[in-house]
Amino acid sequence: MDELKEIMITTDEIKADEYLINMGPQHPSTHGVLRLLVKLEGEIVHNLQPHVGYIHSGIEKMAESLSYPQIGHLTDRMDYLSAQQNNEAVSLCIENALQVEVPDRVKYIRTIMSELSRLASHQLWWCVMGMDMGALTTFFYGLRDREDILDIFENTCGARLTLNYNIPGGLMFDIYPNFQRDVKAFITKFKTKLPEYDRLLSGNVIFTERTKGVGYLSKEDAIAFGVTGPTGRASGFACDLRKHQPYSAYDKVSFNEVLSDVGDTYARYQVRMQEMWESISIIEQLIDNIPEGDYAEKMKGVIKLPEGEYYQRVETARGEFGVFIVSDGKKNPYRVKFRSPGFSNLFTINHIAKGWKIADLVAIMSTFDLVIPDIDR
Amino acid sequence: MTNEELIQALGRIDANATVTAGKQYIEATVAANDFHAFMQKIKDDKSLLFDFLICVTGVDYPEYLQMVYHLESTSLKHMLVVKVNTAGRENAAIDSVADLWPTSEFHEREAYDLLGIHFNNHPDLRRLFLDDEWGHPLRKDYKDDVHIVSR
Repeated sequence: MDELKEIMITTDEIKADEYLINMGPQHPSTHGVLRLLVKLEGEIVHNLQPHVGYIHSGIEKMAESLSYPQIGHLTDRMDYLSAQQNNEAVSLCIENALQVEVPDRVKYIRTIMSELSRLASHQLWWCVMGMDMGALTTFFYGLRDREDILDIFENTCGARLTLNYNIPGGLMFDIYPNFQRDVKAFITKFKTKLPEYDRLLSGNVIFTERTKGVGYLSKEDAIAFGVTGPTGRASGFACDLRKHQPYSAYDKVSFNEVLSDVGDTYARYQVRMQEMWESISIIEQLIDNIPEGDYAEKMKGVIKLPEGEYYQRVETARGEFGVFIVSDGKKNPYRVKFRSPGFSNLFTINHIAKGWKIADLVAIMSTFDLVIPDIDR
Repeated sequence: MTNEELIQALGRIDANATVTAGKQYIEATVAANDFHAFMQKIKDDKSLLFDFLICVTGVDYPEYLQMVYHLESTSLKHMLVVKVNTAGRENAAIDSVADLWPTSEFHEREAYDLLGIHFNNHPDLRRLFLDDEWGHPLRKDYKDDVHIVSR
């Protein structure tokens, strides 16, 4: 107890009817090795401290002794559900630094793969969100449909999660001959499944009672805490980089930035559900129009970036992912920093969950869609 | 606001700051003593309004440590990179900006943990990822015979 007291912020004393409990590091609803030290009075959360670092793997330090194409492979292991977008960020950063223009074919395929990846990530989020709420059926529905996307990934590049499909200059391989047919078949099928998701969970009375009005985050706080992605957009923070700073082929498609000004747990749920429809629409606009051409630009055997600093932002399924490279002109970077969306999003949790019950904390965490290696790096 | 106007506006706020157009963004290098006042002003100034702190990075250079802040204005849509250097590598200290952008509280804890930069007036300066016994691994002179294989 005394040891725990030291860890909590000592400015507020622990009163007689309050107690401290550890939620995690092994807890089903933290979705990874995350420990939350919660100060409770009965069921009410009075204070909460996230403790991270259980799977800190020193990726930024490792990157300093690796070559530029090798760094991309490490980024898969951070947010493994947004591996494609993380790879893309590193590739774009290096391409922009070298002022290499990739062929249109690469841009189109990258965008399609990114949106498939976003769909797969949102499907997994939806199914575990239901599971956190006690609805096990969602888990089977979500994983069943996600399997189709993972099969497409496997046929494209051999991997299901850690894709390594983007390399500086383009793509590792071309798409396989039936790629377009498979993607279109998946889209047709998934369009009939997505309304099922709504029928199962969105209108469920138990679910709405537990999410509507729970865990409010205002727009000002979202900006101040740097909350991006669907979590930020549910509070009205227009932060979709695909719209505001388009990269790859996002300037060639029309889609809506899903925004809500409600800011509660249910709004965060609805934003992600709507985003799945937008992703489907983006894929449909691109899939029949993939231009002919090379799948990669010829790059030098050893890539050296000119001296300077480079920053690239992309929109992953969780929010803004940033790559900051400081180069001193050698074949290894001088410093690499990954700005991960989960890191900034997680630390609002004390601000949001204070005053709510511990069961609401589980619901709030679910809509944050945390991936722990993304936070720990 | 065009880049020239942004450079002029930043020059008005702090005459001693070095403001240049970098490869991607406008970069301002500020002295450590003026740093907190500068950040306060660029957040509050009606023509700048940098309310979104995107990324905070610590970099280890041979003579000093540097903090790099990537900022964006959500209403005016311009970006800025602010850099501040510490006096030396030992006992490096910089003012915390956690009172201006709450997100920086945790980014600063990360920099304190991995680079050993001390942040003045930080509300809760503890290590974030590593145990207290660890050194500061993102420093260039960090030695670890067990976990780092040097070629």
